[in-house]
Amino acid sequence: MATEAQGSQEGLVFHPMDQFIISPLFGDGPVGLLTVTNATLWMALAVAAVFALLVLGTSRREMVPGRAQSVAELTYDFIHKMVEDVAGKDALSFFPYIMTLFLFIVFANFLGLLPAAFTPTSHIAVTGVLAMMVFLTVTIVGFLRHGTGFLGLFWVTAAPLPLRPVLAIIEIISYFVRPVSHSVRLAGNMMAGHAVIKVFAAFAPMIILSTGIGLLVTPLSILAIAAVYALEVLVAFIQAYVFTILTCVYLKDALHPHH
Amino acid sequence: MEGDIVQMGAYIGAGLACMGMGGSAIGVGNVAGNFLAGALRNPSAAAGQTATLFIGIAFAEALGIFSFLVALLLMFAV
Repeated sequence: MATEAQGSQEGLVFHPMDQFIISPLFGDGPVGLLTVTNATLWMALAVAAVFALLVLGTSRREMVPGRAQSVAELTYDFIHKMVEDVAGKDALSFFPYIMTLFLFIVFANFLGLLPAAFTPTSHIAVTGVLAMMVFLTVTIVGFLRHGTGFLGLFWVTAAPLPLRPVLAIIEIISYFVRPVSHSVRLAGNMMAGHAVIKVFAAFAPMIILSTGIGLLVTPLSILAIAAVYALEVLVAFIQAYVFTILTCVYLKDALHPHH
Repeated sequence: MEGDIVQMGAYIGAGLACMGMGGSAIGVGNVAGNFLAGALRNPSAAAGQTATLFIGIAFAEALGIFSFLVALLLMFAV
């Protein structure tokens, strides 16, 4: 998102979109393919957090699990059950991939909620790659498993014959819109929530400038920040869950393409 | 006041695009409300359908996010 210099002149102390600027960590040169940026840092932290939870948390392997081991086991069971319920038993060979997706997204979302943190998943470049990988995986798996039979996904045999070509066009369009909606949903949700928090944060220091009824602005906006933040914690988890469950739904379509 | 009619149009368009978010809000409320209505009639079947609930909410919400994205594009990219 573009940074706007006009924001500092007209009331807002900072621009609500400034938090999404990608900047190099060391020095300030142009951002190239191999530049270490704040996005790189927070994605690496997300991976480190996943490692800490799953590898260090389960390293002792006690019979009566401790706190870290319980969380790790609960997460594993949760995703395992989701894949089995939504995508079917034969999709369990994709379980490691789906577990990786869920954990990376959920930790990137949660770490992005820390004050002064950067949210990698608020960028369409990150979620776009994740969604495109899911799309390619699903398409390739569908064709490998069923050959041209995978095209039966677009030919709805349950519908009457004259209706089928129309439905085929709709199905094809909706199939190719999938990666777009898949990625934009996650990025849009994360970006919108963080921007709203920053808009209220810009109103919070009004107590220095205002008098009379204007003094109410500061406590109200601090309350609003707390409320939106609590909502964002919920959204951070739900969006990771929705991303994962939609991956399972798409995978089910690839494994069982007949309606 | 300096007039830039293109910029003005972009801002008005961004505001209009946000009306789509209202439609998406109605959709999400509809999904959740109907789920609750069904769940209270047959609570034992509700637990198995939460995944369907979230998928339905996600589809309804995606369109609101699209209009939000259009608003952002008009504000910052055009």
